[in-house]
Amino acid sequence: MGKVDKIQPQVRPEYEVTDVAAAQFGEVQRPLSAFERIWNVTGVRRFVVVASLAIAWELYARYLDNALMFPPFSEVVEAFYLAFAKGPLFGRMLTTLQVLLIGYGCGLALAAVFTTLAVSTRFGNDLLSTLTAMFNPLPAIALLPLALLWFGLGIPSLVFVIVHSVLWAVALNTHTGFKSVSDTLRMAGQNYGLTGVRYVMAILIPAAFPSILAGLKIGWAFAWRTLIAAELVFGVSARSGGLGWYIFENRNLLETANVFAGLLTVIVIGLFVEGVIFRAIEARTVRRWGMQR
Amino acid sequence: MAEPLLQVDGVTLQYKTTEHLVTATWRVSFAVERGDRFVLLGPSGCGKSTLLKGVAGFMQPVEGRIALNGREVKAPGPDRMMVFQEFDQLLPWKTVHQNVMFPMLCAGKWSRAQAAERARDFIAKVNLSKFIDVYPHMLSGGMKQRVAIARAMAMEPDILLMDEPYAALDALTRRKMQEELLELWDDVRFTVLFVTHSIEEAIVVGSRILVLSPHPGRVKAELNCHQFDHTAQGGAEFQALQRRIHDMLFAEAVEPVEADAHG
Repeated sequence: MGKVDKIQPQVRPEYEVTDVAAAQFGEVQRPLSAFERIWNVTGVRRFVVVASLAIAWELYARYLDNALMFPPFSEVVEAFYLAFAKGPLFGRMLTTLQVLLIGYGCGLALAAVFTTLAVSTRFGNDLLSTLTAMFNPLPAIALLPLALLWFGLGIPSLVFVIVHSVLWAVALNTHTGFKSVSDTLRMAGQNYGLTGVRYVMAILIPAAFPSILAGLKIGWAFAWRTLIAAELVFGVSARSGGLGWYIFENRNLLETANVFAGLLTVIVIGLFVEGVIFRAIEARTVRRWGMQR
Repeated sequence: MAEPLLQVDGVTLQYKTTEHLVTATWRVSFAVERGDRFVLLGPSGCGKSTLLKGVAGFMQPVEGRIALNGREVKAPGPDRMMVFQEFDQLLPWKTVHQNVMFPMLCAGKWSRAQAAERARDFIAKVNLSKFIDVYPHMLSGGMKQRVAIARAMAMEPDILLMDEPYAALDALTRRKMQEELLELWDDVRFTVLFVTHSIEEAIVVGSRILVLSPHPGRVKAELNCHQFDHTAQGGAEFQALQRRIHDMLFAEAVEPVEADAHG
């Protein structure tokens, strides 16, 4: 083997920088233009998306010219307004929201019980893991026939399926959140002399809050979908039906604009809860704390 | 002689992994007096952090006794405030001010107004007054550690426990933090039990060093180093002590290890 030349660092003269004229930097900082700033607002960009969709809808419906199958956007808005101001839509919405809140509340309470059991005992942990594994993949609506058999037509059946749709999603997320609280935070909390309920309230719940909030959001979405679907199936016999029943009813009457108005209500409420309520909670908690971007 | 603040007597600590029962320390004894900057020094695997967890009350010794002010340590408590190595020890949902106040409110020794005032004082002591209403995620690693130190000191613990608090910092910040800790000690005169694997940090920060050997952790020596600070670092005595500890720790090594010791 021949001699290999190793690379040597080159020795160069040293130097120190004493002063740099400020003028040489050019632009260091410059305010964004008005358009850039407006475009940076999420609400503006979202509004543009919604407006474009509405325009596309209107144009296509005009072109199709078949209000029975696909009424134009303007007609739907009119029907929406009329149904709200003079028609039954507002009452239907309240009925639906009432059932929803009862079901959601019961689901959360049960999830709290299951999660408490799961974090405090090993058997509770196994119980929750097994139950979520079994029931989480089962669509709540599939239990509706059974619910009708047990509870009859009416609110209890609806609450039953909502609880089923909320409970497992929320419990699973909350439990995962508790399990992933770091050892350092746990030890810091114990170091303060916190034990039992105070420890859970002051350390575990806030530390697991991103997961808990995610669970609440998923639970809400599940409950909402389940309820509308359940109402579509058996609103038929309930005297004061909810939104689902309103949609079903108007389809039977071939009031297509009203069907769209009902769907629009479902969308608007969904957007409101997601975009206003949950977003506000997020902005005040996990985002401000830097636990989520 | 009065009894020492912290008495660790023949303590053997064990913990379980999924596969083994590990003896972290074997019959370790030492005593910490009031005002000591007592350093537990050793390579990884010498059980120094486990020992600190034992003193904090997170672990119970299988043999021997740990006593603070004559009372046996049984559970974690605010009389032994701990500063961890990890930056996530601050509660992310509280501001710097609230983080420092919170343990004081938990302890119930101070009213809300007193706690707020004390928190402000101690935040000023660690030079973070400008960041008092900021949430932890907006602070750098060094700042987070300073908040943790302020939080621990504001509690007036009998002893401050520091588990490699500067190990995750860059070298420049670490040095600055060491100097600040010494200034703070000069000012407040607290007692601290400090864990490190860096010989240099041990000599600079400590007033007395307990040298531990690994697998399982046993006491190798107890040395004085109160005479040294950063200004002594280049000096011959400083280097001699550094050399002495280095040889002690790596005496059993088959080949001499040089570079690792200065970290």
